[in-house]
Amino acid sequence: MTAPAIARPPADALALPWRVRAAMLVRMLGIQGAWNYETMMGNGVAFALEPALRLLPGGKGGDRYRRAMARHSGYFNAHPYLAALAVGALARAELDGVPEAQIDRFRVAAPGPLGSVGDRLVWAGWVPFCSAVALLAFGLGATPWGVVLLFLAAYNVLHIGLRVWGLHAGWTHGLRMAQALANPVLREGPAHVARATAFVAGIALPVAAQGIIGPGRAVLGGVLAAVSAGAVLVTVLHGRIEGWRLATLVLAAFVLYTMVR
Amino acid sequence: MTLAPVLQALPFAVLGAILGLDVVSFPQAMLSRPIVAATAAGALIGEPGRGIAMGVALEFFALESMPFGASRYPEWGSAAVVGGALFAQVPDQTVGAMSVAALAALVTAGVGGWTMVLLRRFNAIWARRQQARIARGSGSAAIALQLGGMTADLLRGGVLTLAALLTFAPLFDAVVSTTRVSGTVSRATVVAIASAVGLAAVWKVVHTTRLARWYLLAGVLVGFGLAGSLS
Repeated sequence: MTAPAIARPPADALALPWRVRAAMLVRMLGIQGAWNYETMMGNGVAFALEPALRLLPGGKGGDRYRRAMARHSGYFNAHPYLAALAVGALARAELDGVPEAQIDRFRVAAPGPLGSVGDRLVWAGWVPFCSAVALLAFGLGATPWGVVLLFLAAYNVLHIGLRVWGLHAGWTHGLRMAQALANPVLREGPAHVARATAFVAGIALPVAAQGIIGPGRAVLGGVLAAVSAGAVLVTVLHGRIEGWRLATLVLAAFVLYTMVR
Repeated sequence: MTLAPVLQALPFAVLGAILGLDVVSFPQAMLSRPIVAATAAGALIGEPGRGIAMGVALEFFALESMPFGASRYPEWGSAAVVGGALFAQVPDQTVGAMSVAALAALVTAGVGGWTMVLLRRFNAIWARRQQARIARGSGSAAIALQLGGMTADLLRGGVLTLAALLTFAPLFDAVVSTTRVSGTVSRATVVAIASAVGLAAVWKVVHTTRLARWYLLAGVLVGFGLAGSLS
């Protein structure tokens, strides 16, 4: 049995007005505004889709608008930036009049890949990479605002780029959005970014540490030896206690010691 | 309690509110990363250089906790404002300042993470209360829920920052006045602890990628050499 074909007009037959795209983009910046442990970002998807749903026959408050809003307020969890792909695809599907059952199946199937790709590319890749670049810039003597601007500019090129591209690609491909996920940046990017992060962070950590401590090879040598041993300890204890919690305890002990010695 | 400390802390509370909102709710542009947030807090005092020194130390810690899905993590936006403000308010080389400020920031980050969990539970309660309207497809209910969640998150960050500053500012002064360790040792200790967490975090993130461990090793060797030549 073959799957029913998705009836839809050619890509240029139905255009999403730029005002609607802009409204959706702005709303997608707040897609996790009502994040909760029950529907996750579900309400946010409805919130971001809402400007497009006003274009449905009957307009805002019409029967199709209401059915779509109710459907899209349900559980949905994906990476917040790549959720733009789903939002674009769902907007296209709703305005094309795709059967509700197909839309529901898409809403069940899409979050997994979007979450996995986004987590690897952004949280495990781009954030630490930009952070390492900023730390290195600090260690090499860049001004405070230079470091901040470098970090924010580098990070948000990908951040905003992903949201804009996601909405456009989702709208273009509709429920065949998986084609967009085959983009080489999403497929190969995480591995390249991970290697770049490893190299830059490796340089940045000692250089930034030196930037805070200031001149003094003896102190720096001791610190770098302690860092190496501490990193091994934190890695060994991974899964039993988070590094920042362990650090809080050690730092509290150090502060107490400096007070009473 | 007099009103003066509250008024002094208010600008930082506003900053903490905005940066706390950025962590998850809006716009998640990483304004809340410690390297940005602590610098901004330092700049409010006129000391962005001291703010970024605190921000860099906290950034090492923050490398460990990324906002993956429904995971629970420390809230660094408001915490870095607290750490940056405490550290930037005292002169350079003040005894023990960095270690005490970093400790205050870490505790605030932990409490902040807990307040985010609470907020998410409240969001679920508010969503259940609106369930009937949402099920009928009310656009205004969905929008109100979203804007309400963001407003609550903004307030959460502001109140957290204000409460943390009102709690830790007097403690900071008291502890720093009794500490017997030089500014350099204080900085070195914080950096050693923070860098260890940061290095382990980078390893955790990249070690499953082919060849990445060698890139990290090469980077560390270059970094050690570069740091030695700069010191």
